[in-house]
Amino acid sequence: MTVPGAWYLGLAAMLFTIGGVGLLIRRNVLIMFMCVELMLNAVNLTFVTFARMLNDIGGQVVVFFVLVVAAAEVVVGLAIIVSIFRRRTEATADDISLLKG
Amino acid sequence: MIHAVWLIPALPLAGFFFLLATGRKLGDPKAGYVATAIMVGSFFVAVGVFFDLMGMPGEERRFEQELFSWMSVGGLDVHVGFLVDPLSVTMALFVTGVGALIHLYSVGYMHGDERYATFFVYLNLFAFAMLMLVLADSFLLTFLGWEGVGACSYFLISFWFERPSAATAGKKAFVTNRVGDFGFMLAMFLIFATFGSLNYVPVLEEAGTLAKGTASAIALLLFVGAVGKSAQIPLYVWLPDAMEGPTPVSALIHAATMVTAGVFLMVRVNPILDMAPGVLTLIATVGALTAFFAATIACAQNDIKKVLAYSTVSQLGYMFLAVGSGAYIAAIFHMVTHAFFKALLFLGAGSVIHGMHDEQDMKRMGALRKWMPITSGTFIVGWLAIAGVPPFSGFWSKDDILLGAWEKNRLLWLIGLVTALMTAYYMSRQVFLVFYGGERWKKAEPEHEPVVAEAHGAHGDFKPHESPPTMAYPLVVLAALAAVAGILKTPLEHWLEPVLAHPHHFASSSGTKLGLILVTTVAALAGVGIAFAIWMRHRVKESAVEPEALRRAWYVDELYQKVVEAPGRALANFSAFVIDAKVIDGTVNGVGALVRAGGSRLRTVQSGFVRNYALAVAVGAVAILAYAVARAG
Repeated sequence: MTVPGAWYLGLAAMLFTIGGVGLLIRRNVLIMFMCVELMLNAVNLTFVTFARMLNDIGGQVVVFFVLVVAAAEVVVGLAIIVSIFRRRTEATADDISLLKG
Repeated sequence: MIHAVWLIPALPLAGFFFLLATGRKLGDPKAGYVATAIMVGSFFVAVGVFFDLMGMPGEERRFEQELFSWMSVGGLDVHVGFLVDPLSVTMALFVTGVGALIHLYSVGYMHGDERYATFFVYLNLFAFAMLMLVLADSFLLTFLGWEGVGACSYFLISFWFERPSAATAGKKAFVTNRVGDFGFMLAMFLIFATFGSLNYVPVLEEAGTLAKGTASAIALLLFVGAVGKSAQIPLYVWLPDAMEGPTPVSALIHAATMVTAGVFLMVRVNPILDMAPGVLTLIATVGALTAFFAATIACAQNDIKKVLAYSTVSQLGYMFLAVGSGAYIAAIFHMVTHAFFKALLFLGAGSVIHGMHDEQDMKRMGALRKWMPITSGTFIVGWLAIAGVPPFSGFWSKDDILLGAWEKNRLLWLIGLVTALMTAYYMSRQVFLVFYGGERWKKAEPEHEPVVAEAHGAHGDFKPHESPPTMAYPLVVLAALAAVAGILKTPLEHWLEPVLAHPHHFASSSGTKLGLILVTTVAALAGVGIAFAIWMRHRVKESAVEPEALRRAWYVDELYQKVVEAPGRALANFSAFVIDAKVIDGTVNGVGALVRAGGSRLRTVQSGFVRNYALAVAVGAVAILAYAVARAG
């Protein structure tokens, strides 16, 4: 029994929405960061689904690129977050509004 | 030798650079002697060129030398070259000759000046520019010299720039000359548009084919240039003020050479002038009026140099009267004799000022002939020459001009005659005031302390003294020339004839000529007699013959101030404080203020909250998606 492609797309859309809403409403930097990862992987899932549905390997190739970039982003992002937590015991994203115009 | 003509201007130019580099090290008086030696060398080259030219047959006396191409743009090809013909050689001879004498005089006169070497740097540069002006083979190269002498004149008038009056006078001369220069430039544009060339030889040879309107326009514009440079009505006002410069400068630039450049230009372009009889009449009228007008002012001036300055304006008017009458040779003849006697008078005046310890007011002089025998003797020769007393040089040249004016128009002749009388009067007044009468400087308490008076001791108990030999020798040489230059009359006529397109021959009968000579002589002697009665015998009260209007030069300066300066100043103020400060600054500042206000509104968007940015990104993505869907659907 095969799962229909639309289900995968629906799951990806749900994950993307959860990630986007989480990013907008949560203030914990770490959580927001995980939400971004969630969104990225939702998009990855969409790519893979379409690759299977359309028989086009290109979609799967893009996913590899996204994974690599995401890995790099995690490294940089976590490093920034760690250094922020070193300076202050507790911090929300709203406390770090140093680039206010 | 004629191939060495380029050396005539090149020597002063080399002297200029040499003195510029080493002048201060050479110092006083070596720098002056170097400059003088250079001018003497230039004079000898000019003499050599003159004799070479003499050796040629009469009609072929012309030599062109092309040195190098200056600029070549489209149809305009300007090269640096010289046109040697009787006219330019005559000019070169007296410019270098009188120039050398005045350089020598300056060695003594400028002695002790702080910027002694600088003075000779300027003087050599001036000689270079003036020689370029007269020797050039094209209008443009003449214009180079024309502007060069103007710049040097500015430097030298305001040589003692510590004095505000000298700085102002320099500016006045420069600005007034610019008015004339624009006429010269427009004339050159018109000449190039008409002939496709700016070289004298082709332009003047084809001048006969000119349409009357074009010829008149060119002649008129060139005359505007000449009016500025040669100080004619209405642009003469700078010349009297130019007396703020050192006296040798007044003699060299503002009497003998530079101011005659306008007359030279008029004679140079005589084929064009001949095509424009209306302009010739205008030139004659302006010349006669200037001669008369300036002479009236000269009758009531107290400054020894101001009298000579107005006299120069007046004599230049005579030259233009001659040009306008078609008597070009008479104009050049008077230019040469005037260069001799006016340079002599100026140098004599300088010697007097020197001997009187910087006193220039003639009313504080008197009886100086006892103290300054050489100066007074030579000055008296100059006086007789300019007054037109036979057989001195001024008599012969002035007589030619009046004869030309007589044949042109009787009214102009009458003006010229009255001017001759006044010339004799004001020069006699000057001589009587300065060299005769009582020793007024003894009792005169100075109202203003002369600048150098402290160096010579108290003003009250000094004695006038004769000037050093370097100043006295040039006076003697010039006096000799001023006395006998009348013999040049006939040779000069034959010599200059090939330069003219239509040589002018006086048509009057010899009886008329003799009558005119008699009338002129009587007028000159009458002028001397009137002056004698007033200033030696005191038959009339002094104040009666010096009305305030004449003393103030007919209020012309005040008039110009009202008519030209006041509107100009108002316009400048309007531009500065309304156009510039309000309109232009307002626009620039307005743009700045607008950007600043817009920026301060927009900065609130940059809240620094990540979620705000994220929301903006989300909304933007949705908007783009909606747009894409709407277009696809």
